[in-house]
Amino acid sequence: MFEVISFYFFAIVTLGAFWITVMSKSALYSMTALAMGMIMISGFFFLLNADFLGVVQIIVYTGAVMAIYAFGMMFFDTIKEVKEKNPSNILIFVLGGLSALLVVIIFAAPMYSEHINALYPMVTQTLGEGDQAIEQVVLNSESVGVVLFTKYLIPFEVAAVMLLVAMIAGIVLAGKKMDESLTLMSDAEIEERGF
Amino acid sequence: MEKYLYIALFAPLVGSLFAAIFGAQPKIKFVGLAASGFLFVSFVSALVLLFEVMATGQAIHVEMMPWIAAGDLYIPFGFVVDQVSAIMMVVVTTVSTIVHIYAIGYMDHDKGFNRFFSWLSAFVFSMMILVMSDNFAGLFIGWEGVGLCSWGLIGFWYHKESATWAANEAFIMNRIADLGMLLGIFLIYWNVGSIQYDAVFAAAPTIANDTLVWIGILLFIGAMGKSAQFPLHPWLADAMEGPTPVSALIHAATMVTAGVYLVIRANPIYVEIPDVGYLIASLGAFVALFAASMALVNRDMKRIIAYSTLSQLGYMFVAAGLGAYWVALFHLMTHAFFKALLFLGAGNVMHAMHDELDPYKMGRLYPIMKGTAILMIIASVALAGIYPLAGFFSKDKILEVAFSGEHYILWGTLWITAGLTAFYSFRLIMLAFFGDTARYKEHGIHPHEAPKFMLVAMSPLALLAIVAGFFEHGFVHFVNAVLPEFEFHTHHVEMILIAVTSLMALGGIAVAILLYRRGRISTKWESTWVYKMLINQYYIPKIYDLIFVKPYGAFSHMMWKNIDMKVVDATVDFIAKTVYSTGEKTHTMQSGNLSVNLRWMVVGVMVLLLAAFVPTLWEFASNFYTQNLHYFGAN
Amino acid sequence: MITVSHYLVVAALMFAIGLIGVMRRKNLLMLFFATEILLNAVNVALAALSNHFGDLTGQMFAFFIIAIAASEVAVGLGLLIVWYKRTGRLDLDELTTMKG
Repeated sequence: MFEVISFYFFAIVTLGAFWITVMSKSALYSMTALAMGMIMISGFFFLLNADFLGVVQIIVYTGAVMAIYAFGMMFFDTIKEVKEKNPSNILIFVLGGLSALLVVIIFAAPMYSEHINALYPMVTQTLGEGDQAIEQVVLNSESVGVVLFTKYLIPFEVAAVMLLVAMIAGIVLAGKKMDESLTLMSDAEIEERGF
Repeated sequence: MEKYLYIALFAPLVGSLFAAIFGAQPKIKFVGLAASGFLFVSFVSALVLLFEVMATGQAIHVEMMPWIAAGDLYIPFGFVVDQVSAIMMVVVTTVSTIVHIYAIGYMDHDKGFNRFFSWLSAFVFSMMILVMSDNFAGLFIGWEGVGLCSWGLIGFWYHKESATWAANEAFIMNRIADLGMLLGIFLIYWNVGSIQYDAVFAAAPTIANDTLVWIGILLFIGAMGKSAQFPLHPWLADAMEGPTPVSALIHAATMVTAGVYLVIRANPIYVEIPDVGYLIASLGAFVALFAASMALVNRDMKRIIAYSTLSQLGYMFVAAGLGAYWVALFHLMTHAFFKALLFLGAGNVMHAMHDELDPYKMGRLYPIMKGTAILMIIASVALAGIYPLAGFFSKDKILEVAFSGEHYILWGTLWITAGLTAFYSFRLIMLAFFGDTARYKEHGIHPHEAPKFMLVAMSPLALLAIVAGFFEHGFVHFVNAVLPEFEFHTHHVEMILIAVTSLMALGGIAVAILLYRRGRISTKWESTWVYKMLINQYYIPKIYDLIFVKPYGAFSHMMWKNIDMKVVDATVDFIAKTVYSTGEKTHTMQSGNLSVNLRWMVVGVMVLLLAAFVPTLWEFASNFYTQNLHYFGAN
Repeated sequence: MITVSHYLVVAALMFAIGLIGVMRRKNLLMLFFATEILLNAVNVALAALSNHFGDLTGQMFAFFIIAIAASEVAVGLGLLIVWYKRTGRLDLDELTTMKG
């Protein structure tokens, strides 16, 4: 019962938050709604026994990514609204809806197929003794650690390098000529400086 | 011994590939030397194999690897060195080695020096496959290989229109014949279920006679193409467009005798069908006379020798057709030696005369070119069949074979031809080397003798042309281990026959010397119809042109105008235009607007998802239908 | 009872919202937000299937997706800042340099 309630709660709140993100005219509102949605998604992860993933979701997305967006937005004039001229909203919603339908069906397809066995089954351990003994999944973060540092060690390292590269790229791109404010310069000056 | 077999087979290939590396580069003398060296290695290995077979009397049989193994069909790359193929190998490698060395001098100033050696060695490799294969498929590979190399070498000077034309003519005529041969091989497989020589020949007596006749005829059609028998003969004379060493090696000594080799090799088949054999013999005798008559008047040195080759091939087919296989093989061997020698000599003369081939423009070359002249005279005497040179033994045996089988018409034809052979050989010698006047001076040519090493290279051939005949007894004994023996019924008249034939040959020589002692004879008879017919090769090339080439050309033109232009091209153009117009109409989609692009991307994703989904849905629906058939009213 | 299908449906809906965002918004920043939604939708689906089959592979993929998303934000935002400095706007319709 608890699972049902919490699932529907998270589902409704997440979808609502994302809807606001997509529809809101103000970038600031959008970002706030997005952050909320991200936190709610971590709720799904906890429900799905993926504790570690949930924690990472909160830390990385809400903590890091959203923070970057927040800092990034300081560079932009968020009050100035971008002109949105959409010739055919219906087309967009039809396309989105249809693809959603198809994706749902395709995601459901593995349910019909048989003989899918776990390659890396979750480690279980027995708690209690005798009749009270129950099988329980070992702490998720532990088993994740085992798999991540055995089977997926190389992808993990590659991902680490990729993050480093991305960090450097971000710094280089955003940090260039930080001391000059282009918004305060006239067009002629910008041209002159060769941006 | 397997080792020597592989060395003999693959050394020419190595030489060819080595030369091919430098194919596009200017002349490198070392390439010629290396190719000759590899050939020499092959020659030595062939000799070792010959002696081994001689000593043990056993054929050496190896299977290098399986080639085609599908169902019941099993064709390996198998090679066999028995008495026949050992003889062939030695003949081929001897002549090729000499020709290779000779060609180093002959092709000295040619731009395609390296390319030439690549082709020439490749030819030898193909020829070795042809003679060594232990099945008809391998034989066919070699057969096609020598055809290809012959094409490349006839058209070696491809900047000359006539050379490319001759190359294509040779290739196409051979292709027609090869179709016959291929059908013959198919027929063999159809009836025997194998194309290994052993299996086929063992099964030959059990095959229905009609079928065997067809097999014999179809295989012989292949032989007719390669050995340039009537009516597929015109290519050989035109093939003289190639460099002279090629003419010596391919179009005299080795490749053109492949047809004879095929008939000899397939003797268990032909033994069963004597009627076809008689047909072959008759055609051979006809070609012998027919070609010799054309050689009488021709004014092109190399063509005269080419017709002589044709004529001698006719002799070989007479022997093979009448069942005297060893005689055919023996004549093949002796002929290879003296004919190659004759051609190489002609090459020297041609070089000296700056590519002038008309003997009427030569005369009195003897004082300048003594060595060449002597070698050519030896070759001509051997060709004419004068005791004790090689030609005497082999040619005389063929005449005896014809007489022994009581085929007096064949014998008469060959007898006349023997006289003609002697006549045209010495007509050439007299015109080129003797006579009163040195006519070349009128044409401003300053002839010179060929380099000494070329003459030295030729000398082994001269030696063989002189002495090869004396090996007759050993030869008979050796090859009769695999070839059927031939019973001669001519012991009582043997000496008379020899005398009559020798008299004919001597008479031919005498007439030639008498007629041409002053150079050319009166031009009066050149206006007679006989001369015109002979010089025009019985108008056969013209007839072929009229019957086959022109109508085919017209047909091709019609197909080009109507089918190619209106159907094929139109279809291709239509596709191209459709693509173009689609691009024209849809290029507005490429607006560069990311938002629009993203929308299109989503449409694409949709299509892909549908493509993944629709088959699943279809399957689901059909499953549902079959599982619930009873709901749909079906029982 | 909540089955894996429920999660997948939610994930698909999230994905659809993301797609609508990608197609509809002209603000480059909003485009990035929509992309994040798309990635998260996939993550949820992966986690759900991982749980359903008792296999950690799904979670592993989710981790790597998060890592990629983080990198993408860092680089993308950097580019966005440069673009904004140059033009002073974040309008997608102005990015037409790829016009064919």
